Amino acid sequence: MLSARILGVGVVGPGISDWLSAAAVLRGDEPYTPSATVLPEPAALPPAERRRAGRVIRLALAVGAQAIAAGGADPRGLPTVFSSSSGDGENCHEICVALARGERQLSPTRFHNSVHNAAAGYWSIAYRCPEASTALCAHDASFGTGLLEALAQLARSRAAVLLVSYDVDYPPPMRWRRPIPDAFGIALLLTAADGISAAPPLARLQLSFTDAPAAPMHDRELEALRRQIPAARGLPLLEYLARGQRGPVALDYLNGQRLRVEVGT
Amino acid sequence: MMPLRLTHYTAASALGRGRLATLCALQNAAGALRRCQFENVELETYVGEVDAVDEVALPRELRSFNCRNNRLAWIGLTQDGFDTEVRACAARWGRRRVGVLLGTSTSGILETENAYRRLDPKTGALPDEFDYPHQHNSFSVAEFTGRLLDLEGPAMSVCTACSSSAKVFAAAERMISAGVIDAAVVGGVDSLCLTTLYGFHALQLVSRQPCRPFDRLRDGLSIGEAAAFVLLERAPGNLGADSVLLLGAGESSDAYHMSSPHPEGDGALRAMRAALASAELSAEQVDYINLHGTGTASNDRTEARAVAAVFGSAVPCSSTKGATGHTLGAAGALEAVICALALQAGLMPGGLNVHELDPQLNINYLTANRCQPIARVLSNSFGFGGANCALLLGWVQ
Repeated sequence: MLSARILGVGVVGPGISDWLSAAAVLRGDEPYTPSATVLPEPAALPPAERRRAGRVIRLALAVGAQAIAAGGADPRGLPTVFSSSSGDGENCHEICVALARGERQLSPTRFHNSVHNAAAGYWSIAYRCPEASTALCAHDASFGTGLLEALAQLARSRAAVLLVSYDVDYPPPMRWRRPIPDAFGIALLLTAADGISAAPPLARLQLSFTDAPAAPMHDRELEALRRQIPAARGLPLLEYLARGQRGPVALDYLNGQRLRVEVGT
Repeated sequence: MMPLRLTHYTAASALGRGRLATLCALQNAAGALRRCQFENVELETYVGEVDAVDEVALPRELRSFNCRNNRLAWIGLTQDGFDTEVRACAARWGRRRVGVLLGTSTSGILETENAYRRLDPKTGALPDEFDYPHQHNSFSVAEFTGRLLDLEGPAMSVCTACSSSAKVFAAAERMISAGVIDAAVVGGVDSLCLTTLYGFHALQLVSRQPCRPFDRLRDGLSIGEAAAFVLLERAPGNLGADSVLLLGAGESSDAYHMSSPHPEGDGALRAMRAALASAELSAEQVDYINLHGTGTASNDRTEARAVAAVFGSAVPCSSTKGATGHTLGAAGALEAVICALALQAGLMPGGLNVHELDPQLNINYLTANRCQPIARVLSNSFGFGGANCALLLGWVQ
């Protein structure tokens, strides 16, 4: 059985700036007020890289930084799992526009930022982290896929792992085919055992598969977000954490199956 | 880690379609790089192109996946009886117990590039036939493969640029070891497109000649394309003779630069050491190293330093990219397949296109084939973003 402890959470999205304020909304203590996602400057990056960092890098680094701060982890020793449906859609769009115009001199920065693991690369540079890092994609199942990979890494004797699941909206015309409304990301600092940090775990997780339908969100607009953004498919888990709720929660996955995440203390 | 068996494997690259064609090309030291005539590309360069990819007609129920990358995947999946072997495996373990973990860097982007040339002049919309999830999204090739093979286990694309399809071996091993699955189709598919041809050109990393890894005057890579697949499975107690095993895998990050390797090869070194540690092997037990060996000045220099630091300068090494080109997200799996063929045939393929070895690179680089039994080989793959992976394969006589 795959299992993990959650030590820290990061979350950024439309009207969501961090885990503490998101938790109040997810508990139902505060109303959800959607507004355009605000992405902070990636302060951890060296100036040269900071200039080259687009929205997708800023999003991934922002949620990752929140999770390690909350969990009190040293990022230099932390393996990472990055998972995203579309990577840097804006950058991809710009390359396709340039090529369609017949431009034959692409920007070198655009090209090396076009790799799906760009956020993972910038993270490792920002925190001088030499540990293994991966970058995954499973279209709408990218959150569940990242969670599964992270827990498989913990089972393979890694003490802790940082999961960062993130998606950024495309500009038109790709946006009309892949209508992700805005940037949204979740990061989870996961450990195999207690004691890696002074902070007690938010919850323990056990992972298996289920044919049960995915859990919807209580709030109608958050439910819309969950359906529209692959990374937001992890929101029901965050709702359980915010409410201190225990028991199984089903998250979207693949091939007619869901991930069954048993949330315990 | 517990060794896994490579129950079956196959590859299609510029060297040819299938195991026999690939092995024969290696035995004949026949390079396959040709002057680039791909699409409307105006670059003075050579490419490793797979013949007749555009002649593939996908089965009706998979038409929505039609793009160069998935046509290339189809070639790989349906040759050498690979699909038949996977179906037999799924019958053994169950369709939900066989995963699909594939590496790609650009998926079906060529289709997107072409679609952007055909935007609706009034609305700016993409043409109707453009299919985002099945052609463009990086998951496309993994979903296509799962559908073609009727598999329902965990599936994902690993996209860490040029180490993508090496890292899938490590990911599959973790899932099998954790009991999530019993077997996995792993591999990599990447196909020629303008983004990578012009992108590597923009970084001044593309050679005007067929690439010359480890040559004194090497001046860049040649881009290639490939589909390579391996069926990985728990090794049975009584391994058959002539079995190939995945013995170890090591991963690391450079944490240095997005598109330049660490100058001392520090990340590469740690990936190789991690692979040895996971296989519980010492450096002396490795008989041959298939290098990442792209043919860029910096890759070969830093990789040679790292190899020499871990293995000394005696172990025979070569890069097969002078034969195949750099197949990017497919390179890890293609070179794992080449290593499996090398183990079974007792062949260390010499690196092609070398006129004069770089005297500054202190490793035992083979420039001609060497035929002798080999038991364990290491294969290196390094990607943009500093994502490194080394695999260790072994042969059971």
